Amino acid sequence: MQTCAVRPSRHSTFTHSTSATGYNMLTKHEKELIAKIWDKMIPVASDIGAECLLRMMTTFPGTKTYFAHLDIRPGSPHLRSHGKKIVLAIAECSKDISSMMVTLAPLQTLHAYKLRIDPCNFKLLCHCILVTLAAHMGDEFDPVAHAAMDKYLSAFAAVLAEKYR
Amino acid sequence: MVEWTDEERAAISDIFSKLDYDEVGQKCLSRCLIVYPWTQRYFGAFGNLYNAEAIMNNPLIAKHGTTVLRGLERALNNMDDIKNTYAELSVLHSEKLHVDPDNFKLLSDCLTIVIAAKMGTTFTPEYQASFQKFLSVVVSALGKQYH
Repeated sequence: MQTCAVRPSRHSTFTHSTSATGYNMLTKHEKELIAKIWDKMIPVASDIGAECLLRMMTTFPGTKTYFAHLDIRPGSPHLRSHGKKIVLAIAECSKDISSMMVTLAPLQTLHAYKLRIDPCNFKLLCHCILVTLAAHMGDEFDPVAHAAMDKYLSAFAAVLAEKYR
Repeated sequence: MVEWTDEERAAISDIFSKLDYDEVGQKCLSRCLIVYPWTQRYFGAFGNLYNAEAIMNNPLIAKHGTTVLRGLERALNNMDDIKNTYAELSVLHSEKLHVDPDNFKLLSDCLTIVIAAKMGTTFTPEYQASFQKFLSVVVSALGKQYH
């Protein structure tokens, strides 16, 4: 039986902070790959972000409860501007993954004290981000890119949740 | 008893009609083994899984991927009674293969992503929702006989 290294459980919301920074999870090649993919998404951040959110709210209707104050119909300006914020934050962080804890500190506080989104929802959005990337990149979103991106987004979500308690 | 709307049935049938089971099965299973390497624990007898390239070229994995897709087709053809259709498969996965049911969700996530890559933006949010509902019923049915 293969022994597993410590890895973030798909069910746990909180992970050990060392693994959350991506230091141990991502190789140099993976970090470059992730940065390259997100760099391409920056000019289309509104489109991509809106699509991620729409996929999440359509597939997992419980997530709509966090958006009662916004117009979340397909194509709505709220969806596009909110989606853009999310994509830009993920893209910005991907430029220097090793500094994730520092870069995300303000967003940690926002999510913990103001938004208070149940962290189980982060993995739902992460999954929809992967689906969106696959839909736009096709075969280029190969298993290696998928694995790297899944690890990055898991680490991102774990860091976001770190100040919750 | 799961309720399916006409739109959901149509979406799921449409998706399946576009799938080459050999191609998608191989891609889906190999992706799962690469993205979630701990799932390799169930494939000790499948030969070389040493790295991503080995997994993607492994003929036993490819063949098993086809088997998985054929299994999903059975659910497609019995959408109103997936639970009973899968009763034996559930016992098999629990009693003989000893698969942690959490893995079913991992494989189903990989399948969703393989299909998204294949269909592009024609895999709309509504199609995704319908297909993921189908997969969650399948996953639940596969886990039913565990005790």
